[in-house]
Amino acid sequence: MEISGAEIITRCLQEEGVEFIFGYPGGAVLSIYDAIFKQDYFKHVLVRHEQAAVHAADAYSRSSKKVGVALVTSGPGATNAITGIATAYMDSIPMVVFSGQVATDAIGLDAFQEVDMVGCSRPIVKHNFLVKDIRELAPTIKKAFHLATTGRPGPVVIDVPKDIAAQTSQFIYPASVSIRSYTPPTKGHPGQIKKAAQLLGEAKRPFIYVGGGAILSNASSEVTELVKMLNLPCTNTLMGLGALDGSDPHFLGMLGMHGTYEANMAMQYSDVIIAIGARFDDRVISSPEHFLSQAKKIVHIDIDPSSIAKRVRVDVPIVGDVKHVLIDLIGILKETGIKPQAEALADWWQQIEEWRKPQSLWYEPSDLVIKPQFVVQKLWEVTGGEAIITSDVGQHQMFAAQYYPFKRPRQWINSGGLGTMGFGLPAAMGAQLANPDAIVACITGEGSIQMNIQELSTCKQYHIPTKIINLNNRYLGMVRQWQHFFYGNRYSESYMDALPDFVKLAEAYGHVGMKIETPADVEPALREAFSDKLKDRLVFMDFITDREVNVFPMVQNGKGLSQMDLPPHMRDMQLTPFENNRDYGNLC
Amino acid sequence: MRHILSVLIENEAGALSRVTGLFSARGYNIDSLTVQTTEDTTMSRMTIVTHGSEDVIEQITKQLNKLVEVVKVIDLNEADHIERELMLIKVRATGKERDEMKRMADIFRGRIIDVTEKAYTVELTGTGEKLDAFIKALDPAVILETVRTGASGIGRGERILKV
Ligand SMILES: Cc1ncc(C[n+]2csc(CCOP(=O)(O)OP(=O)(O)O)c2C)c(N)n1
Repeated sequence: MEISGAEIITRCLQEEGVEFIFGYPGGAVLSIYDAIFKQDYFKHVLVRHEQAAVHAADAYSRSSKKVGVALVTSGPGATNAITGIATAYMDSIPMVVFSGQVATDAIGLDAFQEVDMVGCSRPIVKHNFLVKDIRELAPTIKKAFHLATTGRPGPVVIDVPKDIAAQTSQFIYPASVSIRSYTPPTKGHPGQIKKAAQLLGEAKRPFIYVGGGAILSNASSEVTELVKMLNLPCTNTLMGLGALDGSDPHFLGMLGMHGTYEANMAMQYSDVIIAIGARFDDRVISSPEHFLSQAKKIVHIDIDPSSIAKRVRVDVPIVGDVKHVLIDLIGILKETGIKPQAEALADWWQQIEEWRKPQSLWYEPSDLVIKPQFVVQKLWEVTGGEAIITSDVGQHQMFAAQYYPFKRPRQWINSGGLGTMGFGLPAAMGAQLANPDAIVACITGEGSIQMNIQELSTCKQYHIPTKIINLNNRYLGMVRQWQHFFYGNRYSESYMDALPDFVKLAEAYGHVGMKIETPADVEPALREAFSDKLKDRLVFMDFITDREVNVFPMVQNGKGLSQMDLPPHMRDMQLTPFENNRDYGNLC
Repeated sequence: MRHILSVLIENEAGALSRVTGLFSARGYNIDSLTVQTTEDTTMSRMTIVTHGSEDVIEQITKQLNKLVEVVKVIDLNEADHIERELMLIKVRATGKERDEMKRMADIFRGRIIDVTEKAYTVELTGTGEKLDAFIKALDPAVILETVRTGASGIGRGERILKV
């Protein structure tokens, strides 16, 4: 029996076990929408802007290990999806995006709502396809899911011309895919893994540096085992938060531009770094020169060879799936009993504890004005540290990363690579749909939330009971912070004028709104929002916060990790520099 | 340093633009690029001449390998190889210039492949330097038009790029 291209698409999604797709209709995809109407295998979520469809699919994937799927129409629908696709690409999220295209005979004629989606998306996808033959449709979809999920994951776009969706063909879904030119590695090279073990054995100041790759490869338990087995200090990047429990004593906090003092110092002064699914991003090591000025050996484990040795020289590159490599590494360490040098490691820990003492994440409490950090801390208390947190981009994102110690992987959903404002709310929708019983909260700012605020309507339609924590400082706070540090307090266009009444706005969309203006009201308000009474409601909490709080510590661009701007309480403190107490060589 | 990369790539629509897009998006240089299908018509072979530090060339190679359609990449510079480029050059040839032109073409082992009353078109193959040398040897005033293909390269002897 022959079925239409549109039906082939829905059948393929069924074969792939898809349960949700996020999308927005239009002329070029109407046959696909018709096929969706006729099936009841998966649910379609109608968003209010295509960017949100892609973010929702993205967060659905991040929070569930499944593939995110989005569907948009040709032309403006496709271009609206671009920011979402780029966001997923930068964070290596497995995703398949279907875009409609004008009919094959109209392609290239500047037809109504035509845009070259394959061309537009090329730099921001793992791969993309234009389907020009109905017989290729099912095999292409099979390939797309395979490419999106294997190797270094990423978004794959399938552009489907309108006539292809309407034509009919036999439905044959291939059982497997083989692409001669695509053979992603899994296992790491055994010789290299042995070298890594030996380096750990010689290490005096070992340090584990974990990135988002560890979460994508579901290697959290291996990371935890390695760290505990050898008693190693460990940091997670912004994307790696949750890979090691944030309350584990081995965890030194996040590192990098807004990392803790102890994590940045340890990263700078360690002698052996094991980088696990992390890529020495510029927001992490700031300047490679300063970073490498300290003699250190680097082991770099990553599925993507092009991530290795891109910014820093690496002594032991290991290409492979992080989970497999760690299993092998742990195996060798157990077999051989290799351990870092005990005495040196004890000294190293002592030094780290010194760095920890001043508590670089401390902030000045207040009874008068709400500190954004305080809200995040209270949120952590009220939710028992269990919530799935999505965030937007800005100061609030950094406060969320710093003050909500994530317990487990996939609990922290944020746009790390692209830094996309407008991500938070649609991401919360995707995460909530993937985890209907979980508490999901979106930590945002008044600038970011307004970039996709129309999704409050989607939340209403699908009864998505997310809690929105708006840290409202009436500034594009992160921009203001940079203007403070680098532009002589000239706050050019970082002030948010004419803000809406967020309570009324939430109510207008049919949700619950709350405005919280004093520190004493923070906890009661949160308790109410997370109470059983409001369990099934979206609550928009507008916290009127201190206007000019800065995020500390802060490593300015081009500086070394040990040259942080520290919070006020640490500025005049006699900080013990890292001293040569044994045979370490003078490192300071 | 100048490098000459050989790339085997699936013969698919869009594959070439992915390669060139990669170079432009990441700020690498393409000095020349030649491409045609191989004896196996499902596959094309590209020769890309580029330049950059060792680190840059390593990144280019890794990024090329990352493209889904790319089957194999080798850097021909790593061992002995042969390079050829084709040039068609149209020159003014009237009166005694005609003999002079013929002699020059012979010296460079070129062939005159088109003759009119006023012009010759010479076909010349060789390394880029040889073609440059030919151009230099001529009086600029006689050169009417040139077109060059960019280098094609192949490893010497047993060194074979195949799947
Ligand atoms: C789409 C987009 N545009 C611009 C930026 C640049 N940017 C980064 S942070 C920021 C300010 C964010 O303000 P707000 O959401 O109010 O959060 P706050 O920093 O005040 O917590 C801006 C404009 C961005 N990251 N994304």
